[in-house]
Amino acid sequence: MAQQGHVASQAPRAQSVQLGQKAWAWIGVTPFFIFALMFLIIPTLYLVVGAFQDVEGHFTLANIAQLFTQASIRSAYWISIKVSVASALVGALLGFALAYAAVIGGLPQWIRPTLMTFSGVASNFAGLPLAFAFLATLGRTGILTTVLITYFDFNIYSTGFNLLSFWGLTLTYLYFQIPLMVLIITPALDGLKREWREASAILGASYWEYWRYVALPILWPAILGTTLLLFANSFGAIATAYALTGSSLNIVTILLYAQIRGDVLHDQNLGYALALGMILITGISNGAYIWLRARSDRWQR
Amino acid sequence: MAFLDITDVRKNYGPQTVVHKFDLDVERGEFISFLGPSGCGKTTTLRMVAGFEVPTAGAIRIDGKDITRLRPNQRNVGMVFQSYALFPNMTVADNVAFGLKIARKPATEIAGRVAEMLKIIKLPHLGERFPYQLSGGQQQRVALARALAISPKVLLLDEPLSALDAKIRVSLREEIRSLQRSLGITTIYVTHDQEEALSMSDRIVVMNEGRVEQIGTPFEIYNNPRTRFVASFVGTLNLLKGKVVDPVAGKIVIDGQEVFSSKRIGHLQAGEACAAALRPEAATLHQTELQEAAKIASSFARESGPRNRMVGTIEEVSFLGSVVRIRVRFQENAISLDTFNNPNATPPARGAQVTVTFGREDLLVLEGAEG
Amino acid sequence: MNQQKIGSWIAIIVGMLYFIVPLIGTFEFSLRMRRGEYSFDAYRVVFGDPNFQATFGYSTLMAVLTILVGVLIVVPTSYWIQLRLPKLRPLVEFITLMPLVIPAIVIVFGYLRLYNSSSILPLTATARSTDLLLVFSYVTLALPYLYRAVDTGMRAIDVRVLTEAAENLGASWPTILFKVILPNVRVAILSGAFLTFATVIGEFTMASLLNRPAFGPYLQLMGANRAYEPSALAVIAFLVTWACMGLINVVGRGKQIKAAP
Repeated sequence: MAQQGHVASQAPRAQSVQLGQKAWAWIGVTPFFIFALMFLIIPTLYLVVGAFQDVEGHFTLANIAQLFTQASIRSAYWISIKVSVASALVGALLGFALAYAAVIGGLPQWIRPTLMTFSGVASNFAGLPLAFAFLATLGRTGILTTVLITYFDFNIYSTGFNLLSFWGLTLTYLYFQIPLMVLIITPALDGLKREWREASAILGASYWEYWRYVALPILWPAILGTTLLLFANSFGAIATAYALTGSSLNIVTILLYAQIRGDVLHDQNLGYALALGMILITGISNGAYIWLRARSDRWQR
Repeated sequence: MAFLDITDVRKNYGPQTVVHKFDLDVERGEFISFLGPSGCGKTTTLRMVAGFEVPTAGAIRIDGKDITRLRPNQRNVGMVFQSYALFPNMTVADNVAFGLKIARKPATEIAGRVAEMLKIIKLPHLGERFPYQLSGGQQQRVALARALAISPKVLLLDEPLSALDAKIRVSLREEIRSLQRSLGITTIYVTHDQEEALSMSDRIVVMNEGRVEQIGTPFEIYNNPRTRFVASFVGTLNLLKGKVVDPVAGKIVIDGQEVFSSKRIGHLQAGEACAAALRPEAATLHQTELQEAAKIASSFARESGPRNRMVGTIEEVSFLGSVVRIRVRFQENAISLDTFNNPNATPPARGAQVTVTFGREDLLVLEGAEG
Repeated sequence: MNQQKIGSWIAIIVGMLYFIVPLIGTFEFSLRMRRGEYSFDAYRVVFGDPNFQATFGYSTLMAVLTILVGVLIVVPTSYWIQLRLPKLRPLVEFITLMPLVIPAIVIVFGYLRLYNSSSILPLTATARSTDLLLVFSYVTLALPYLYRAVDTGMRAIDVRVLTEAAENLGASWPTILFKVILPNVRVAILSGAFLTFATVIGEFTMASLLNRPAFGPYLQLMGANRAYEPSALAVIAFLVTWACMGLINVVGRGKQIKAAP
């Protein structure tokens, strides 16, 4: 019947419209996934797989082993870890102090937005310009160095300080580590409800007891997590170090840079292993950060 | 001397006075409510007793000791907050134990006390749960246990039920009251809900815009409101606009009908406009002649002296279950009155002409013409 | 409480000193080019340097291309995830987090091995194709922030309702995307764009390893060979960063997001 035929032709059309809609969606997201595959996933996998191969392409763990046995590589990782730990710990501590001062410290209202804006800018001011800035300030002919010599008769370089060194690099890294800590920990400090402070007080606790038993336990996942984030951030940095300490401080990123440029290790697969080591370290730190963030969010409902 | 003495307390924030002269003597074991709208100063006064705000003037004494300048952690008062304020990183047991731990009590004593408190609030098996796993009502009970665990001298509650559902509010307030009675602890309860204040308190302090309007028992506050604010804030009230006829005799005219008030209005002038107030339950409805009043009298009908009567028309009849609310219109004015549901009598119909009677002492004349 | 206030003030003042002194120092140093007096000679030299103009222009172009490609990839993805494929969200978010986890140097290392002259897709063969590779690497670098900014903006508007209303009125998909959705997430896109610009302009690692004449390698060259020009360049770079962040604030609710050094 005409009616039946009409009904019958309706159903498939409705279906094809449905399929059409979902299909469009899949088509719509395809560029993203193609991009991700080509420029993120496959290159990384290529390196990871290559780390476990030898020159002929056979599976081997020798490259990984060499990361630990070869002195230059071992020391490179060690220095990187030391710089990252130092800048992460100091950055976390000082960043926390600044955030605390701005949020809880009882200062005028305008301090906090100023600090946040400045932190936003400073956390992006990294790389080569940052190195130049610190050279101009604390280098041998830098302004602060000269001011201290001229007006205070104090030559910081005579104390053994050198900007082009482990501590100099750490000090420079703090310029973006501290703001990063401030930006991330300030919302966490906001989450400390005033009533918790008051409840603890009315139950007899002093200010320190409040911090020890209530505030710090609530905050520690965020603090620890952000410290790990700072660690990973520092570990993967290269531009600043390149301009500041160059090849005098042999950190992993500089070593990898030299390897990519000129195959200083004389072994491509060892280079891949180097990269794999980096991925693991930053991956684990960032993963821990994300996990800790999720945990602390759960408490602050 | 009273157990809790609040004398001449005042609080200013710069030029703004938030609490004017506040005086209150609380007996040991008494349950006092601070009742009023938002911003009336009730919470500020409570926080001054707790120690979170320092009075600009005046003194606060507990059990003879002047605590006005003491820090909150030195006062040994307990406080329950509107938002529960349980420590999210601690279990229920640890929350309750917190005050005792700070006081460095031995562990066995702490454990025993915590178990006792959990039993009192009827949550003995939730000791190891975390606050985010509990419902609102449960959290508030834990907050109560935490405040009481340290055996405080005074218990302060800052709108503790405002954040909860209506049903839980009712059951929890009964629990709080019975707990307070059995422990005999002096309590101050801040609320904007007059039903809560009326049902729970020994005495109520009604506040408005930083001032104490009246202090009295629930019965006193409700039946003998001293100011127009108290009258309108506590309970529902019919407001009528009238004019004074004879201030000495207490006669006023409302919509052309003369009525008498036994409350003193000698300070008003004849011809002056005035507002009168009448509680819904004080009025009685008579559908037919006045002589038949006895048949349909409400439970609380008063027999003392000649009653006022006004004639009007029924505008609206609302059947609310056990109560029937009837609105009677005169001319410009209308009053709502409540009668109990009588399954044997038909409710009156809209448009029917009726007579409303009420006692002379039930008509309160308030200052000012506006409603 | 007073103790606390004093401590807080000390912390803030010390912090501000630490952040401001290097900026002052750099600026002062940059003025020292002419012996004996302050002058803007260093800046004159820099601005007059054809290399500066060329590399800055190149990096600006790269930044603009990165923003275009990035937006073209990110906006439809966020849109379709929101509208029809919510189950894919965790996967997409994980992918956008990867560039934060994997350092830039590792990523570009992968490109060099995978797309060199002897591979299937020899992107490093010619200058133009390497430029393309550089754009893609910058997109990868900017992906986390770009996606986060656009996605937040997308979530703030009710994509479903807008789409259905537009469909009801007879619009086709491209029209919906460009005339309805895009204008509404414009603020979010602009925020992401400014952040991307700031990131790309000073980027060194990828440009250097891919041997492209970008601003980053130019900075490094100046740093190695000159004394005063690097400080002037640092001041310029800082001002550019500040301008980008400022524009984000001006444009609307720009979220403060971190960037890798």
